[in-house]
Amino acid sequence: MLRLPGFEVATPRTIDEAATLLARPGARVVAGGTDLLPNLKHRLEQPSLLVSLAAVRELGEVVVDARAGVLRIGAGVTLTAVSEHPLVREHLPSLADAAGRVASPLIRNMGTLGGNVNLDTRCRYVNQTAFWRSAIGGCLKSEGNVCHVVPGGRNCVAAMSSDCVPVLISLEAAAVLRSTAGGRELPLAEYFQADGREHTVRRPDEIMAEIRVPLPTGPRRCAYSKWSVRKSIDFPLVSIALRFDLAADAVDAAITAVRVVVGVLGSRPREVTQLDAVIGQPLSDPKVAEAIAARVHAQCKPLENVPYEAPYRREMLAVHTRRAIARLVAEG
Amino acid sequence: MTAPVRLLQCTVNGRATAVAVAPHRTLLEVLRYQLDLIGSKQGCDKGDCGACTVQVDGVPKLACLTLAVAVEGREVTTVEGLGERAGGCHPLQDAFDRHDAAQCGFCTPGILMAADALLRRVQRPVTPDEVRAALAGNLCRCTGYTKIIDAVVDASRRLSQP
Ligand SMILES: Cc1cc2nc3c(=O)[nH]c(=O)nc-3n(C[C@H](O)[C@H](O)[C@H](O)COP(=O)(O)OP(=O)(O)OC[C@H]3O[C@@H](n4cnc5c(N)ncnc54)[C@H](O)[C@@H]3O)c2cc1C
Ligand code: SF4
Repeated sequence: MLRLPGFEVATPRTIDEAATLLARPGARVVAGGTDLLPNLKHRLEQPSLLVSLAAVRELGEVVVDARAGVLRIGAGVTLTAVSEHPLVREHLPSLADAAGRVASPLIRNMGTLGGNVNLDTRCRYVNQTAFWRSAIGGCLKSEGNVCHVVPGGRNCVAAMSSDCVPVLISLEAAAVLRSTAGGRELPLAEYFQADGREHTVRRPDEIMAEIRVPLPTGPRRCAYSKWSVRKSIDFPLVSIALRFDLAADAVDAAITAVRVVVGVLGSRPREVTQLDAVIGQPLSDPKVAEAIAARVHAQCKPLENVPYEAPYRREMLAVHTRRAIARLVAEG
Repeated sequence: MTAPVRLLQCTVNGRATAVAVAPHRTLLEVLRYQLDLIGSKQGCDKGDCGACTVQVDGVPKLACLTLAVAVEGREVTTVEGLGERAGGCHPLQDAFDRHDAAQCGFCTPGILMAADALLRRVQRPVTPDEVRAALAGNLCRCTGYTKIIDAVVDASRRLSQP
């Protein structure tokens, strides 16, 4: 039995009310609770007030904003709804796929897109009961002052483990944040920072209201590749989002732009660079998959922060990159 | 800090229910320890195992990660309600019995609630793959799943017969 610590719960009906409540010291947002409640049961934090977003209807919408050319997905939309929504499936299939592969169907019925983007970083030394942690004296992210992943390290490198985040960054999505001071929009590529204790630039008084994902403006192929020990329930151990913009709507058309984003490394997702060599090449050319897999392997260095050895996961990053591209080519 | 209790009003297995709950109590704790509905099981208590699966407005969810206060005004169905709805033994329960789909039985209530949600959603005979997908959040450590899948497929066929 894992007990929750004591706290008060408020259930506002509008974003403005929620923002006012969240401005109180010790207040914390809870959406589906599937990340926050296990962390509270593990005593990783102790908020005095949970501001539930469950009754804030404004956060539950999925709409096309044709003028801005974006799909606006409310932060409170469940992962089941994201994965099944016709607009998401039609325009953003890799996002529907990633959302549909989070955890289990039961958790996707509860968990939200906003919660997935703001999922706390994870580490084998911290996502444990307080009793378990007491045996190793905690760590920088809990009650201790050392890091067990990087001995001597002064910075927490717990893993950004969201399935949707790499995909959203590959699709150039932006987040809309709201607080009593107003609102701001920022690209998700700039949302994360390399500190496992505070891995986003969101201020504690800000609510994520929606995610804006640009609609495709030309032919493209996108994929999300996840490897975990079991095919359900487990967090990703290898997580790669790929996006290829193409000169024509066929896999033997030339690549005009490419984005590759990798998760579950450190506390921020990594955008793979130096992919210019594949621009102008047909996606179906096997050399493209080889070149991209080689860059992924060279630039992404998994850490011993989640289960499975880092060298193995590094090899698997290349394998899963190749397989994902092969699947896209086979699908035509 | 312990916040004051409040009155939670919701429907549990078809009955209007009012119960005083502390805001940090989970739905599972309130069902088991305040309402004596011990059918829903407390397994891992952190979302991995699915033994606590109940339906909230017909949607299968994990009671161990649901705050009790979050079901205000909603309809909660537990495995006790599944049998009651069928007047004693639900066709799914009957199929589990005939197929030996339960051994220790600890995971069974959660699996029944996830399976029932699937059958009610699709309203037709289901395939083994559909059952696998719908039960992908429910762990069983005894049966090896085959008999569970057979039982759900069988129940879906019987339920679809005129
Ligand atoms: C067994 C298990 C397996 C899991 N497997 C996976 C997996 O495979 N992949 C994966 O990505 N995740 C996984 N998760 C984590 C989690 O279920 C998902 O990430 C889910 O999307 C979290 O959403 P939520 O609404 O439940 O978040 P909550 O728990 O409600 O919130 C998570 C965090 O985000 C903050 N937050 C939530 N909404 C907002 C908002 N609108 N504005 C600002 N802050 C906000 C909260 O304060 C909290 O810090 C798993 C969880 C469990 C228990
Ligand atoms: S990376 Fe280090 S500091 Fe961070 S949670 Fe893991 S052990 Fe703790």
